[in-house]
Amino acid sequence: MKTPIQLRLNGEEVAAFADDGANLLDVLRESFGDLTVKGGCWQGTCGTCTVLVGGNPRLSCVTLAESCSGNSVETVAGLRRGADLHPLQSAFMEHFAAQCGYCTPGMLMAAKALLDRNPNPTREDVVDAICGNICRCTGYEPIIAAILDAARKGARRSA
Amino acid sequence: MAKHRGRGVATINYPIGMNLGGDPSQALVHSNPTGKFTVSLSSIDLGQGMKSVTRQICAETLGVPIEDVYVDTADSDTGPHCMGSFASRGTHRVGNAVMAAAREARGVMMEAAAEELEVDPGDLETDGRGAIHVKGAPHRSISVRDVAIAAQFRQGKTISGRGIFLVPLSDVDPETGEMSPATCYAHACQIVDVEVDDETGDVTVLKMTSAYELGRAINPKLVEQQLVGGSWMGMSHALYETPEPYYPDTREGPRDFNEYLMPGPGDICPHDIIVLERPAADGPFGAKGPGEMCANPSLPAIANAIFNAVGVRIDELPITPERVLRALRERGRSVAASRAW
Repeated sequence: MKTPIQLRLNGEEVAAFADDGANLLDVLRESFGDLTVKGGCWQGTCGTCTVLVGGNPRLSCVTLAESCSGNSVETVAGLRRGADLHPLQSAFMEHFAAQCGYCTPGMLMAAKALLDRNPNPTREDVVDAICGNICRCTGYEPIIAAILDAARKGARRSA
Repeated sequence: MAKHRGRGVATINYPIGMNLGGDPSQALVHSNPTGKFTVSLSSIDLGQGMKSVTRQICAETLGVPIEDVYVDTADSDTGPHCMGSFASRGTHRVGNAVMAAAREARGVMMEAAAEELEVDPGDLETDGRGAIHVKGAPHRSISVRDVAIAAQFRQGKTISGRGIFLVPLSDVDPETGEMSPATCYAHACQIVDVEVDDETGDVTVLKMTSAYELGRAINPKLVEQQLVGGSWMGMSHALYETPEPYYPDTREGPRDFNEYLMPGPGDICPHDIIVLERPAADGPFGAKGPGEMCANPSLPAIANAIFNAVGVRIDELPITPERVLRALRERGRSVAASRAW
């Protein structure tokens, strides 16, 4: 059996038929071709597959795609506006917050969820937001610094 | 029951590349007809920055803008040979190979330019911005692009170069067995402050302070990135990571990220790092390379800090709370026994 899935994916209405019980990660990658979403552990422990569903961070590998139907989903593919990178993307580059890059999509989305609801986070808030995301290369410090910097710059812009 | 603070120190001498030599890497450099250069490698960029560093080395040696150099590490089936990305050998071995290849390519480029300008190649210099001119006469100039077009379509030359770097296998002294393990050493010292809870056995790393001497830092931001990430990995090896089973056999071992523990973003500590640059005689522009050594000193420094804090010498890794508690209990017994005696 196939199940209809309808999403507002990065602001665009999309629809597809997916296998019953398909997880959001597979549907995003295979049905909607969004390869910015990465699978790591497929059991909800590494965080690299993090996307935003209705603005909240979700582990797409353990999220039933069907349960998101009718909801909005945001991925890294929707972060940049034309040629302009999202402030988080620029900050990750400036702070060398990626090495192998595998955790980066999940880190960016976990950070976006944080900054969307708390534009002026403390260091503890940032640590809390990314504590479900595993990074093997950076030692986390450059990632924390990048998110705090993006928050500072974002706050300045809106002020 | 209390928390005890301790400080540990470790120093390391790290040999760059495989011990005893016999450790080659090759590079090929060529231009296309628009004066852009490609570096072909089989060396892999794992995220450590191999592509950035070899790109810098090639551009600097050729004397062209870095934007005009592309590094292709695509395929070990088709690229020139490389031993691999390990043993902190990338910057030193591959960098030297790229430098040799770029030097040969530069020679052809300067000859081609000399032919176009009708001067001696020895009288020419690059400006690093995409042009070649006669020394002392910048108006007698030709762009690298025009040189490449001329070489390709008029002179029938390929602007290209080959490079290999090989530390020969070390000889063995038949009398003493003495060998020369390495030609190039990097050095580091790390101080780690910890807090040990003698009730739970938990070890918290409070602060790291490091000095690294790794030759010229070709790309200082990449060096810093390696040192910060590497010290996290060292701390992870010292206190968290193990494939061993908890109890009692391998079926009980860690199977996934729920059970294979690593420090998270809340477990890291402030880390002050000083980078000392003493250019290596046989390194590309004096570079050695951070690589593996950035994880190495943290393990002994943390073990020493725990000894300093609670007086137990733990020589099995990782130093889990259980091992700390067992060692403390063992020491308590021996203290009690010596008192009873």
